[in-house]
Amino acid sequence: MTRDSSVDMRTRMQEFLPKLVLAPSFALVLLFVYGFIAFTIYLSFTDSRMLPSYGLEGWENYSKLFRIREWETAVTNLAIFASLYIVICTLIGLLLAIFLDQKIRGEGVLRPIFLYPMALSFIVTGTAWKWFLDPGIGIENTMHLWGWESFEFGWIKDRDMAIYTIVIAAVWQTSGFVMAMFLAGLRGIDNEILKAAQMDGASNFQLYRRIIIPLLRPAFLSAFVILSHLAIKSYDLVIALTGGGPGNATAVPATFMYSYTFTRNQMGIGAASAVIMLMTIAAIMVPYLYAELREKK
Amino acid sequence: MSVATQDNAASVGRVGRTFVYLTLLLFALFYLLPFFIMVVNSVKPLSEITGGNMMALPQEWTIAPWLSAWSTAQIGVEPTGLRPYFWNSIRMVVPAVVICTIIGALNGYVLTKWRFRGDTIIFGLMLFSCFIPFQIVLIPMARILGILEIAGTTTGLVLVHVVYGIGFATLYFRNYYAAFPTELVRAAQIDGAGFFQIFYRILLPSSGPITVVCVIWLFTNIWNDFLFGASFASGDAAPMTVALNNLVSSSTGVKEYNVHFAGAILAALPTLLVYIVAGRFFVRGLMAGSVKG
Amino acid sequence: MGFLDINHVTKSYGNVEVLHRVDIAVEEGEFLVLVGPSGCGKSTLLNMIAGLEGITSGEISIKDRVMNGVHPSKRNIAMVFQSYALYPNMSVAQNITFGLEMHGTPKPEREKALKDVASLLQIDHLLDRKPGQLSGGQRQRVAMGRALVRNPDVFLFDEPLSNLDAKLRVDMRTEIKKLHQNLKTTVVYVTHDQIEAMTLSTRIAVMFDGYVQQLGTPKEIYDTPENVFVATFMGSPAMNVVPAKVEMVDGVPHAKVARAEGDDALLAFAQDNMSEWAGKDILLGIRPEAITDPEGADRDSNCIVTLANRVGVTEPSGADTFVTMTLGGKDVIARMRADTTVQVDEMFDFAVNMEKAVAFDPQTEARIKA
Repeated sequence: MTRDSSVDMRTRMQEFLPKLVLAPSFALVLLFVYGFIAFTIYLSFTDSRMLPSYGLEGWENYSKLFRIREWETAVTNLAIFASLYIVICTLIGLLLAIFLDQKIRGEGVLRPIFLYPMALSFIVTGTAWKWFLDPGIGIENTMHLWGWESFEFGWIKDRDMAIYTIVIAAVWQTSGFVMAMFLAGLRGIDNEILKAAQMDGASNFQLYRRIIIPLLRPAFLSAFVILSHLAIKSYDLVIALTGGGPGNATAVPATFMYSYTFTRNQMGIGAASAVIMLMTIAAIMVPYLYAELREKK
Repeated sequence: MSVATQDNAASVGRVGRTFVYLTLLLFALFYLLPFFIMVVNSVKPLSEITGGNMMALPQEWTIAPWLSAWSTAQIGVEPTGLRPYFWNSIRMVVPAVVICTIIGALNGYVLTKWRFRGDTIIFGLMLFSCFIPFQIVLIPMARILGILEIAGTTTGLVLVHVVYGIGFATLYFRNYYAAFPTELVRAAQIDGAGFFQIFYRILLPSSGPITVVCVIWLFTNIWNDFLFGASFASGDAAPMTVALNNLVSSSTGVKEYNVHFAGAILAALPTLLVYIVAGRFFVRGLMAGSVKG
Repeated sequence: MGFLDINHVTKSYGNVEVLHRVDIAVEEGEFLVLVGPSGCGKSTLLNMIAGLEGITSGEISIKDRVMNGVHPSKRNIAMVFQSYALYPNMSVAQNITFGLEMHGTPKPEREKALKDVASLLQIDHLLDRKPGQLSGGQRQRVAMGRALVRNPDVFLFDEPLSNLDAKLRVDMRTEIKKLHQNLKTTVVYVTHDQIEAMTLSTRIAVMFDGYVQQLGTPKEIYDTPENVFVATFMGSPAMNVVPAKVEMVDGVPHAKVARAEGDDALLAFAQDNMSEWAGKDILLGIRPEAITDPEGADRDSNCIVTLANRVGVTEPSGADTFVTMTLGGKDVIARMRADTTVQVDEMFDFAVNMEKAVAFDPQTEARIKA
């Protein structure tokens, strides 16, 4: 019996190689994501101003943050924006998906039209909607020229209403995507279940309410997670559409963080606001991702 | 699935179907309108916009706004037009997409075909990194770019986009390769192919569709990025989105709406083109980003 | 010392041992079939021979060379996979020669080997096609070609026929057997199909729950199963196993079993050693073909016993008619001639060939040896 003592370099290399290939990405992610998160969390406990400083001052930044009027505005705005954005996108997406699923002629033309805004930059979207909603040259002016003299639509210049224009533009951009998600869900439902329900005498309306919409639960969940995550991150659209104005009427946490960190030299407070954004997203994403990963196993 | 079989459609009735079609058309109009306005007004002289109807077709057609947006419009302090920034974006997007895709493909290959203890945790950490609000990394990233002396450069932006694109690229390839038969890898091992040979000869030739999906996703996301561009590359190295925003929101002089619209379309053109040419893959990319695991 | 030696081999995942101390010595030219239900460890064992999975303890050696830790490609083995695992992007010819290419065989030699294998398997006309353009049977041939071209010491087959339809499966089975008879190569073949195991093998290892339950020739496995599991796993329909009690009548041990009606029938044992079990409970195992109509009974048997019992269900299969009855509180199947006169619900005198009967210890389920 001879034992192959060259057992063998190649086999050992092969075991080592996969980890070696994965290592750089893992190191990058560890440093640039988790290291940076740790660093930002650390900064949020320091008295950093224009530059990072390492003197710890406990929860000072957080308590300051919650006393700042603009932060309160930003959080309120986010709450209004996120809830309207999620609800409206879901409703429109579901409606369009169900309607498109009725053996519509021209589905192939309509679907891409609903979805193309998703390919655009929020900056482009913002530019377009900014002028479209501008009372001077936009829709209001057009209505006047068409003879509807009393038509008024000046939300974008109105401190109380401006946040809703952001909802409109954001819904325009992403509702088609939600439609696509629901459409995929609808097309994935087992035809035999539907046949059985029809045999049972369910009307079309009952079929949707009792059978189909409950079966779309996973699509609802995905849509909710994606939309809430997009809502919390949204920055570009606000900058392009209103620049956070009028005044700071449309500030959201993302714009707040940026202006406090880079233009107002309150880095500690900026870091604290970023940490709160992260925590909010983590509270939604972590359970979702955990469930998705476990399911796959 | 189709609840609305032909019989069913009849039972919904003509009124119902008309309503369905009307609603769909109305929404189609809603989605097309802003783009229509941009296009129409980008080929009008400025006087027709300020004095006229935004919806109306131009009485006098002109491509002057496009030329201006491309090469002479005032961006920041220089009258350079968007052209240099367009090329900035290209120089940023192409390397970032190529690097991310290669790394993502290799990662996906390792995570599905060479599994080891703890690989799920590593993947989980990468996956979560796709969804963090980037505000949380802005401050340390600015410091690191400063230390590496690539702050304010396109190189710096490439690094940033590579780092935050790896997660998604890995996700795509991992999910795709998970469905790739492991028996093929085993057969190739018995045939004597090594780690890289198996990747090049067996997996890569079948990776066309997912590569397209991944490239499109990365291209769209990186091209459309504003936050990183605005934070780390203002000035001469700014990408297209940042330049467009500067053009549109510059407060000096007369607002040249037609030029703004032309600029916006220029900024949208590459991603729009990708969407038109490969919309199927674009949608698949979006879906894969939402249905993970 | 065999050609392929599996020596004290175990396999654990973490703390869970999934394969318990396997010892098999395979001689050169043998056709060993590993058979068992899914999850029994047969594929794990095959993968360990291939080098696709590590060996927790013990040794596997081929031609006296210990293979532990040796890369799959250096073991001089070839494997045919359940899904065939043909590389979808390569032509048939490239598929077959890929292994040679990886081993640095010069092109002219590869071409020659390809030609030989292609004509052996009659796939010459398919060489330029892609796997996607082949039928199931053709893919199977290509997969075998890929294995054959390497001229390996040991062929490994991992359920290679389970993706084919019933008719093709039988044809390919014959083909594999013919190939083995011509080439005299050493084969380890995994299947969950006991008919494949019986027809192909020179020896069978029946596996269950991570243990080799029995290792032997097909005849040994079929006629003298080591335990109830092997008895019921091999054979179709399965062996009837019914509770019985041993009773001495005129100095001859009999099995006392309950009939459909509730009263007992007595069946005389052919083996004398059963008298040691007098008065004790046993499990009586009788294959369906050992319960027949009297005209169909085995004329060479010295111990045909008559069993009168009520007929339950009759199922004509063309070649035979299967009759189900109740015996010992269980459904028992008898295999009758196709033109038997048996009627549903009548009392019928079945002929039981007690020479073929086996008895098991009800506690350990092990066969009571003669």
